[in-house]
Amino acid sequence: MANLLEMEDITKSFPGVKALDGVQFILKEGETHVLLGENGAGKSTLIKVLSGAYQQDKGVVRIKGEKANIESPVDAFSYGVNVIYQEFNLAPNLPIYENIYLGRELVQGGGFVNKSDARKKTREVMEFVGLDEDPNTEVRNLTVAQRQLVEVCKALAFEANIIVFDEPTATLTDSETERLFEIIKNLKADGLGIIYISHRLDEFREVGDRVTVLRNGKYINTLNLENSTKDQLISMMVGKELGEREIRETSKSTAKPVLEVENLSYEDEVKGVSFTLKEQEILGVAGLVGAGRTELAKTVIGEYSKEEGRVKLNGEEVKITSPVDAMQNGIFYLSEDRKEEGLFLGHSVKKNITISSLEKVQNKLLIDKNEEEKISDDLIDKLNIKTPSGETRTVSLSGGNQQKVVVAKGLCNEANIYIFDESTRGIDVGAKEEIYKIMEELVREGDSIIMISSEIPELMRIADRILVMYHGKAVNIFDNDKDLSKQKILSAAMGETT
Amino acid sequence: MTKELTEYLPNDLLEKYGIYIGFLAVFVFFCFMSPNFLSQRNVFNIIVQSSVIAIIAIGETIVISTGGIDLSVGSVVALVSVALGLMLISPLPIFLAVAFSILLGTAVGLVNGLIISYGNMPSFIVTLGMMSIAKGAALMLNGGQPVASLPMGFDKIATTDIFGVPIFVVYVIVAYSIMFIILNKHKLGRYIYAIGDNEGAARLSGINVKKIRTTSFVFGGLFAGIGAVMLTARLNYATPLSGSGFELDAIAAAVIGGTALSGGKGSIVGTVVGALLLGTLKNGLTLMNVSSFFQQVIIGTVIILAVFVDKLRSQ
Repeated sequence: MANLLEMEDITKSFPGVKALDGVQFILKEGETHVLLGENGAGKSTLIKVLSGAYQQDKGVVRIKGEKANIESPVDAFSYGVNVIYQEFNLAPNLPIYENIYLGRELVQGGGFVNKSDARKKTREVMEFVGLDEDPNTEVRNLTVAQRQLVEVCKALAFEANIIVFDEPTATLTDSETERLFEIIKNLKADGLGIIYISHRLDEFREVGDRVTVLRNGKYINTLNLENSTKDQLISMMVGKELGEREIRETSKSTAKPVLEVENLSYEDEVKGVSFTLKEQEILGVAGLVGAGRTELAKTVIGEYSKEEGRVKLNGEEVKITSPVDAMQNGIFYLSEDRKEEGLFLGHSVKKNITISSLEKVQNKLLIDKNEEEKISDDLIDKLNIKTPSGETRTVSLSGGNQQKVVVAKGLCNEANIYIFDESTRGIDVGAKEEIYKIMEELVREGDSIIMISSEIPELMRIADRILVMYHGKAVNIFDNDKDLSKQKILSAAMGETT
Repeated sequence: MTKELTEYLPNDLLEKYGIYIGFLAVFVFFCFMSPNFLSQRNVFNIIVQSSVIAIIAIGETIVISTGGIDLSVGSVVALVSVALGLMLISPLPIFLAVAFSILLGTAVGLVNGLIISYGNMPSFIVTLGMMSIAKGAALMLNGGQPVASLPMGFDKIATTDIFGVPIFVVYVIVAYSIMFIILNKHKLGRYIYAIGDNEGAARLSGINVKKIRTTSFVFGGLFAGIGAVMLTARLNYATPLSGSGFELDAIAAAVIGGTALSGGKGSIVGTVVGALLLGTLKNGLTLMNVSSFFQQVIIGTVIILAVFVDKLRSQ
């Protein structure tokens, strides 16, 4: 079969990171090609290059043998490339047919929209994918699976050649998944090329033909799925295990439990999770994006209201219904999303650091500016935050330094239990080491830490135990000892039971 | 284009002193244009004329700093004014009538705040509704009639001098000093700006966002109540038609003074200068015999200009 898409030597750098480094990817006509890799392996970046959201620094994209200059999503569309993201791109209050033609309306004389043609064409593609609804139905009345089909219709209505599915089954039931696979097979039979991003090994082995594995932005290999084993794929994702690795020295065996979470549930995101955090312990939480790690943390601190379950502190059940309660109980959560939830970007570094601890710098009624400056300057020194002064607006700091400000805010609060959510993401190695040191110091002084991270080696370096989540469930908890391997953790994170 | 423009503007100067420079420019302009402008009497006059708006604008600045808006303050002035008039002729002692009036304004603010915070409703809509409710209540209280012949001595609240300084000037200075300290040196101030800058981060930082947001509207009502007492005393007369449009003047004063409508950024020192700038424009243009119709055009232009300069300097 002919090659539908050839991506060669694709390289894309962001400040401080090489997201893609000479990656190749070839999609044939009538095949479903799985793109596989850990969080941050470069799958999304590669798709964004293909869809025109990013421009590659180097490399060529060829579609049907001809060089394609994809500079915008509109270009990608005109080459027949359609990406169906997890977050659908639909207007809920518009009918199906208007969604399909949104921004590309069929126009007749005088700029008026030709609704009857649009409805007719919509009905045709809906029939093809087996979506049994009236084209006039508003999208908000459809189920998630039906909305996904509307996205497929959108692609088909404009004669797509390539459809990219990004984790398409994450929110589908089993029977809906089966139906989607049928549709994908029909699309294949029609000669389309399908790029399928998923972590669900069993699932993509059912629907996929070939698989390309990326790791740390590099191309690893392309295999026929028929001749590959799960273990083979996982070890390709993981790479070589380091023979010797450092494990933090701890005396965890005697530690008493400080935080006990029992059967915690929140909507579909957290399903009956139980775990125990011991005193002076660093409990790592691993899992792929969407596994429910952040949701678990936010349910524990009461930002999300739990539907079920109990939280005990030092053996006693506590009622935590808001982050204010959590903080009063000595639990501090450091958000993964520093822009949206972590920082007051328009405010000074100093004000960010002390915002959760103003009682500490208060002199009777009013804030003691000298004390506040002293405390924030100390933390700026301690965390080595590179800022002209405490008065500098946080927005002007680099990402890594902003991240450190979030950590400083937590430290200033002097909690007993810290939840670090991806606190080292996007910062350089030196800064990471500094944050590890701070964490070690905290546990040495008697605090306990839950550390959510997508970087498994980091968890293996610093955690005492590692809880692994998959689809909202806590699937495994490993002691971080010599027998633990990255492969074991990743297998668990991909839902493989061993 | 705007980016190029900023390169020619002295950035630091504008950032810190834009509103003061603007105010000074307007002030000096009127000094040259009108010989009577710079008399002590006229300067006090400007302050007295601006003071009711200046007081109401304190609450508005606080609300806007949290990212909200309070459209009800003008109607609250009308409601409190009529209620105060009725209490005074009932006859309640002046002191009690004034205290209850301020309490009434505060209570309306509390209701606004509770509905907005705990009902998760947009402040624009809730205070728009409250604007109409308070206005209607003000008309109902006395059948739409004004309350006149207020008791002797009540107008002392407005007419007293302290060493030759009109008492309204003293009210403004006292109110602004207290609120300056609360906003800049008390944690409440920090929380108010924090919510306006990033509500999500505020929540995760352990700030009780609902409580602080409610408090901001309580301030909105409190200062509308105080403004109503001042206005009623100055007119020595309570009418349900008073206060109309005050919410817009208060918002204008805050915005001219550099408070961002998106929240998180604002200073009440800027607000008082904003209120004075509006008062100065009205006064100076009147002295220059500019028609009151054209004055509105000029004031509107100044508001837009002030926000435009603010936009330039924040880029």
